Amino acid sequence: MDHQPFFKRGPSALARLAFFGLLSVALMAVDARFNQLEPLRQLVGLALHPLQQIANSPLALSRRAGEFFVTQNQLASENTRLKQQQLTTSLQVQRNQSLQAENAYLRRLLASREKSGDSAIAVEIMSDGRDPFSRRIIVDKGSSRHILPGQAVIDDTGLVGQVTRVQVLSSEVTLITDKGQAVPVEVVRNGLHAIAFGHGRDNMLELAFMATNMDIQNGDKLVTSGIDGTYPRGVPVATVTRIERNAGDPFAKIICTPSAGVGRYRHLLVVSAPSPMPQTAPASSGGKQ
Amino acid sequence: MNASAPALTRPISSQFIAMSLFLALMMNLLPWQGVALLARPDFVLMLLLYWAIHQPLRIGMAAAWGLGIAMDVADGALLGQYALSYTVTIFLAFVLHRRIQAFGLWPQALHVSVLLLASQFLTLLVHLASGASFIGGGYFLATISGTLLWPALGLLIPLALKHKTLPE
Repeated sequence: MDHQPFFKRGPSALARLAFFGLLSVALMAVDARFNQLEPLRQLVGLALHPLQQIANSPLALSRRAGEFFVTQNQLASENTRLKQQQLTTSLQVQRNQSLQAENAYLRRLLASREKSGDSAIAVEIMSDGRDPFSRRIIVDKGSSRHILPGQAVIDDTGLVGQVTRVQVLSSEVTLITDKGQAVPVEVVRNGLHAIAFGHGRDNMLELAFMATNMDIQNGDKLVTSGIDGTYPRGVPVATVTRIERNAGDPFAKIICTPSAGVGRYRHLLVVSAPSPMPQTAPASSGGKQ
Repeated sequence: MNASAPALTRPISSQFIAMSLFLALMMNLLPWQGVALLARPDFVLMLLLYWAIHQPLRIGMAAAWGLGIAMDVADGALLGQYALSYTVTIFLAFVLHRRIQAFGLWPQALHVSVLLLASQFLTLLVHLASGASFIGGGYFLATISGTLLWPALGLLIPLALKHKTLPE
């Protein structure tokens, strides 16, 4: 446009494109590299929250209506099943109590610190992540309910993921199948340590950097090892389903199937691991060596 | 005051534009999942394009950028990713708006498909640069559904406007 515009329209479209384009690129760079934009995200997220609630309400309503119209038969069978489950669970709880007492006694003998009890917060899945490039879900509690980034998320069958971003009223959970998400695991059968990586595909994890001669078999159960201080120890993670050993490759390709079923349940538990780091001695202990 | 004048020649209230964009945002926020999420047209971008092409003086890049930031937060994407793709797409729409206006609905949709494709390519580039891997051709379903949505928008919005201005 070489001619003078007849009407004043502010800066030219190209100038505005340059301004907003550069602003976006700068935001992306800051967001990706320095994580300094959480306050802005929190603010916009808080404003969007009621809209998201409204947008989610038709689905929630239909689900509630579906829950209302269940048959007596279904309820009765579920009731029986739950009662049976409760019997087995209460047996386990009793055994667990005696074990805990014994454990506490032994720990006192060893004069070591008692493990702090894990805190757990029940959350409900609000929505699947909307970004098709990543495996994330949004759950319905946030920093107002003391959820912290980095906490582990489990369901009743195993590890689901990790809280990666916390807003005031909701938080974002990255599933263990997300690309590059790593979970330190150990093999139940022999205590071998490994790291399970997600590959951005549903129902698939891979054990990385395992030499071909490592003792791993199909069907081996993997649980969290707890040495990372992020995930509590002993949560089921996956089962080994396929092992490929190539003579020309220093590492075996080990494919596992995650234990937790994210698609099946709507309720999850957010837990934090007891810190494995040695605590500094409390100041009140005086001049003891 | 001429009652037979086509509705689009009358000034469109800013409330109407804002309302339509708000509705589009709500449509985007609906709990889409799986294939539906991939095949969902980006309603916000479609409405932004519609207004950028038909009322280029009423809608600015600031609005596109702001809605982009809102979508970034709603999707948990990298902050600025949608903002960038919306801004660039709206700029292209500004450049092409006279040309696009001269066509009928379906040829318009063809033009719009190119704009939507550009927007999706930009988002894809940002994703790939931040380390994601490509998720397959299904990603471009949104361009197809958006293209199909364009004629519907072109029919429905003038209808809604007419309905709105008729009682006066």
